[in-house]
Amino acid sequence: MNIYQDIILDHYHHPHNQGGSVLSGRSVEVSNPLCGDKIKMTISFEKNKVKEIKFQGEGCVISTASSSLLTDYVKNKSKQELKKLDSKFIIKMLGIDLGMNRIKCAVLPLEALHKLLV
Amino acid sequence: MTNIRNLFPIYQNQPNLVYLDSTATSLKPKSVIDKIREYYEEYSANVFRGIYPMSEKATMEFEETRTIVSGFINANNSNEIVFTRNATESLNLLAYSLGRKILESGDEIVTTIMEHHSNFVPWQVLTSEVGAVFKIIDIDEEGYLDLGINNIKDQKSNIKNTNQKLKALDQIITKKTKILALTYVSNVLGTINPIREIVTQVKKINPKIIVIIDAAQAAPHLKIDVQDLGADFIVFSSHKMLGPTGVGVLWGKEKLLKEMYPFMYGGDMISEVYIDKTIYKDPPHKFEAGTPAIGEIIAFKEAIKFLNEVGMEKISEHEKKLTRIAIDRLTNTFGGEIKILGPRNVEDHNGIVSFSFGKYHPHDISQILADNGICVRAGHHCAMPLHTRLKLPATVRASFYIYNDEKDVERLVEGLKEVKKILKG
Repeated sequence: MNIYQDIILDHYHHPHNQGGSVLSGRSVEVSNPLCGDKIKMTISFEKNKVKEIKFQGEGCVISTASSSLLTDYVKNKSKQELKKLDSKFIIKMLGIDLGMNRIKCAVLPLEALHKLLV
Repeated sequence: MTNIRNLFPIYQNQPNLVYLDSTATSLKPKSVIDKIREYYEEYSANVFRGIYPMSEKATMEFEETRTIVSGFINANNSNEIVFTRNATESLNLLAYSLGRKILESGDEIVTTIMEHHSNFVPWQVLTSEVGAVFKIIDIDEEGYLDLGINNIKDQKSNIKNTNQKLKALDQIITKKTKILALTYVSNVLGTINPIREIVTQVKKINPKIIVIIDAAQAAPHLKIDVQDLGADFIVFSSHKMLGPTGVGVLWGKEKLLKEMYPFMYGGDMISEVYIDKTIYKDPPHKFEAGTPAIGEIIAFKEAIKFLNEVGMEKISEHEKKLTRIAIDRLTNTFGGEIKILGPRNVEDHNGIVSFSFGKYHPHDISQILADNGICVRAGHHCAMPLHTRLKLPATVRASFYIYNDEKDVERLVEGLKEVKKILKG
């Protein structure tokens, strides 16, 4: 199955929660030096639940779409719930067949999120 | 080059294959594959051991490859040919066995910003261990080495290590420079460096300097004559020149090979062992500890025979023609949207076309090309210092070899049109 599905491309061209940063939130930056992907993610919590989340960065279609979808998903979720998310969840969320080499692109935003939950 | 594809079985198995990644590894002709099978099916004994005929046959076939490699690069004799696993191992061998022998604190090793990591990191580590200075020759805007005598300028590199000063050649090589390690052909830019001129010039500045050439991207494509080039060591890999994987070559001047430390200790490299001391064999066996990749080394000679039959000059001409066509077709089709790296003059540019394309990410480009049956490489191609210098995190690389043709270039152009169609907003 082609990974460039309409929904993925839509999130790439019009990413949700992109730009700016969350006021009074924490931020973290992750990168993949192999391909130059970089994501800066900021987050704020209210009563242990995600209130606001934003990401900035340059990346491929997969990492951008994954950031967009993941930041939508995490809102109002608790830290405990989010700590359980793994690469299998990301693959399911994207709904596409990712080769071994592209999984790294897809899980980069998850790496950022996990760092923000510590 | 017509009908040459028929000699590569992969094209029968994958008729639509557009293979543009020969810089990573080449395809293999039937003669090479058959020779590997011959060894395993007919005389699969170890070398230098058995007195029985099968082992003698294997040893004879094995040593014949050494003789053929020696002739291929015009070495003085086959004792100057050391078999390793790959060009990377040849370079690491030199850093270990030569570098640790001759390098002292305060000495210098010079390399260039366009090196593959395998000709960069071993020297970076060695200089740091010994307390020596690691110096780097820069490139100019077109991707040539910055060697101009009248071209000395204040280099502002984005490399943060202050030890790494980028200056023109006659400013960078000193009496303290023990080793100059540089590539013959850049695996990203395609730039063919003027090795003979560089060797002549650096040996004028410092007659004792040892020059090491990484010819991994040159030996498959250009006629190499070690007498003419004047370097002290040259390394390359079988698998990039139609041969099997697992075979590298280290050519060195016999006198230097004799003076160097061994690399690994064990079987085959030893003459006599006593409780208190060991006497090693002479080169090349001194550097070939343990059972080598026998079948692969035996089959490597079939690759060289293949290259000799086609002719290195003809191969170079073919690749230059395809490089010219590719640069022109890509530029004419995509204009300013495509940025091709490396010299514009194909006389100085070996069959490698690396580029960035619009704002599209190299991974997405290569993925969509792959979906259309086109194999290219995306990333920093094991040349991260060069990409940092170019301010590009990654590029797409298409590379050509004897089995590629104009249709492959057209498929690449069509593939990139598809990339645009899918990814444009």
